[in-house]
Amino acid sequence: MSFILEILKATIPAGTPLLLGALGEIYTERSGILNLGVEGMMIMGAVSAFGITAITGNVWLGVLVSAIVGGGMALIHAFNSITLKANQTLSGLSLTMLGLGLSGLIGKRYVGVPLLNKLHSLPIYGLKDIPLIGPILFDQDPLVYISYLLTFVFWFFLFNTRFGIELRSVGESPDVADSAGIDVSKIQYLAVFIGGIMAGLGGAYLSVVYAPAWIEGMTAGMGWIVLAITIFSLWRPERAILGSYLFGGIRVLQYKLQPFGISPNLLNMLPFIFTILVLMLASKEISRKRISAPSSLGIPYFREKL
Amino acid sequence: MLEFKGVFLVMEKILQMKGITKRFGNITANDRIDFELNRGEIHGLLGENGAGKTTLMNILYGLYTPDEGEIYIDDARVDIRSPYDAIRLGISMVHQNFKLIQSHTVVENVALGLKGLSFFYPNRYIEKKIRAFSERYNFRIDPNTPVWQLSAGEKQRVEIIKAFCREARIFILDEPTTMLTPSETKELFRLLKLLKEEGISVILIAHKLDEVMEVCDRVTILRGGKRINTVDIDSIDKDELARMMFGQDIVLEGREEYSVSFDESVVLEVRDLTIFNDKGLPAVKEVSFDIHRGEILGIAGVSGNGQRELIEAITGLRKVVRGSIRILGEDVTNMGAKEILNKRVAHIPEERMRMGIVPSMSLEENIILRSYDKAPFSSGLLLDYSVISEYAKELISKYRISALDEKVPAGTLSGGNIQKLILARELSISPVLIIASHPTQGLDVRSTQQIHELLLRKKEEGCAILLVSEDLQELIDLSDRIAVMFNGTIRGIIDIDRANIEEIGSLMVGV
Repeated sequence: MSFILEILKATIPAGTPLLLGALGEIYTERSGILNLGVEGMMIMGAVSAFGITAITGNVWLGVLVSAIVGGGMALIHAFNSITLKANQTLSGLSLTMLGLGLSGLIGKRYVGVPLLNKLHSLPIYGLKDIPLIGPILFDQDPLVYISYLLTFVFWFFLFNTRFGIELRSVGESPDVADSAGIDVSKIQYLAVFIGGIMAGLGGAYLSVVYAPAWIEGMTAGMGWIVLAITIFSLWRPERAILGSYLFGGIRVLQYKLQPFGISPNLLNMLPFIFTILVLMLASKEISRKRISAPSSLGIPYFREKL
Repeated sequence: MLEFKGVFLVMEKILQMKGITKRFGNITANDRIDFELNRGEIHGLLGENGAGKTTLMNILYGLYTPDEGEIYIDDARVDIRSPYDAIRLGISMVHQNFKLIQSHTVVENVALGLKGLSFFYPNRYIEKKIRAFSERYNFRIDPNTPVWQLSAGEKQRVEIIKAFCREARIFILDEPTTMLTPSETKELFRLLKLLKEEGISVILIAHKLDEVMEVCDRVTILRGGKRINTVDIDSIDKDELARMMFGQDIVLEGREEYSVSFDESVVLEVRDLTIFNDKGLPAVKEVSFDIHRGEILGIAGVSGNGQRELIEAITGLRKVVRGSIRILGEDVTNMGAKEILNKRVAHIPEERMRMGIVPSMSLEENIILRSYDKAPFSSGLLLDYSVISEYAKELISKYRISALDEKVPAGTLSGGNIQKLILARELSISPVLIIASHPTQGLDVRSTQQIHELLLRKKEEGCAILLVSEDLQELIDLSDRIAVMFNGTIRGIIDIDRANIEEIGSLMVGV
């Protein structure tokens, strides 16, 4: 029992960077822009958060800077795909390459450096004593609580505000939104920027809270899993929780199962086998429920056509 | 002054467009057009396809910026750079292809871009407004239905509600009746007249003369990008309008005699056909019919009642769940599309850009799409382009396709010429069976006439023709028998000499 509880408790922090990244990518894709640069933005977030924290000793400053760096990276993609109407797949991929390379260069001096200031866990008085879920959900660090809050905020804004309607409309049919007087580019820039901020935060969580250490290439494919979770969640923030913690749980299992003599190579495959399974399940559900990706996802929007 | 409403009222000019010019490349879509609109009138904008009606209205709505010309609203010069500007000035447009988001609900569609909505929970206020509107004008619509579940008529009402909620004073409707059933059209006109009473001005882009005569107060006629005239509807008749529209006399009456004529021998035999739609639900249920040599069987019905699935099954594009299809006695049920086409079946598909041609490939390549792998066009491995060019040139002149040459990308042709290209390709295989789906949808009168002539000539030659159309007049003008589809079943097959529009119309809506 305590073994399972331990796994579940560890699942939350393991899933948190994925959740943060997925929330952002959901908004990005809801606006019709596909950003395959999540991996690059995450790792740049990770290295900048670690660097700033190591220099200033202030974790929160590190987290803030990671959000700005992630958002800034995303703006490169936004400029390519919205203003220049370039191929979004290529632009996103190059962002990933750029991030992986640049973070390695910047991070060289931080390899093996310990962090003096860390985010300590902050049990919430009262809530943490709820049997079973209390210790799992409410005995965590403050960033986890922020991720809960953000999930709610992202869901609420998407479905209950004017901005949400505009965002979803732009991703479904930019021409309809345009003819309704919506500034399509503005919404898309904003959505991509939010996506970058969230990916940056996800990376920061990884390097200053979860690890806490800087290791080159430490995102190790998490950016790609974020993209899978985005599809699995059917572009709904509240469903991203499920996907993120599922993958978080698998990540925890990877470590917890090693002592049982299962080959680490096999265990390292787990998240990606799961990615394939999850995508198969998701596409089944997508066809059954007659929902699909935002209709104009990945298609640049041109107004004046003959 | 008010005893005779509308007669003695001083006409207030709400909108003036002066000298509007718009060019696309070398084409001048609008050539110094003047247009005026009064308060509380329904103003028809009449012209063939390509006359420049939609371009002019897109300029008014800020989707295009004019190269020259000025726009005045309430005598003040305005600069409309985007739909946002247009909406702010009280202009709303109902496009031919509805500008609605299919996966969103009615409320969300209406809320999109609406000024003065609260940021949080914008839907609540809109829902109330929609209910009030539908009560006031006496029609039903559920604000929380996703738009893809609505019929064309209902979608249009959503568009009108959108315009209304934005407090528009000028409604632009782009060929609003194309997708509507006769009863829905009547309902639309009733609504427009009510809106007019309240001082709203309506611009009705149209190419059907009857509708213009029925509902408009004035009409402006465009031809070839130029304004021909603006006239009061009371002072003009249909023939005169047609003359201004086409620049020459055209025959407006239908065929000479409505008689049934065909051979006894059956070409297409469909028995107890059941077909599923994309969602895996039955779209066609136990449908049976025959088409004979030299017969045109028309399929009438509001789109979405199984016509598309039926056509796809007959042409081998969709799986048949139960039942059988025979062509000249041979069972072709669930054969591949190419196998079926090789039984000398011609297919004129519904979406000509998507299914009829490869837009980026040249005209000549599109012409040999069905026979590229056979001599003389291909010698095993290589294509013989000199033979292909010759052949394409021959068909271009035979079918009167107007194109720069045979090398231009097929997608750059106009709708009518694309359709003629498809017909040229499909009819040159000397078919025994022609499956034609909405062959003249969106085409101008001249192209429509040419296509009708081609189909009738093939009928003379003994082809069996299955004609699916939403245009009842077209079905009545061409068919020997008309089958009415509703909700996946055939509600009745009527011989043309006994057909009348009212009966077909009521079968179409399931009465």
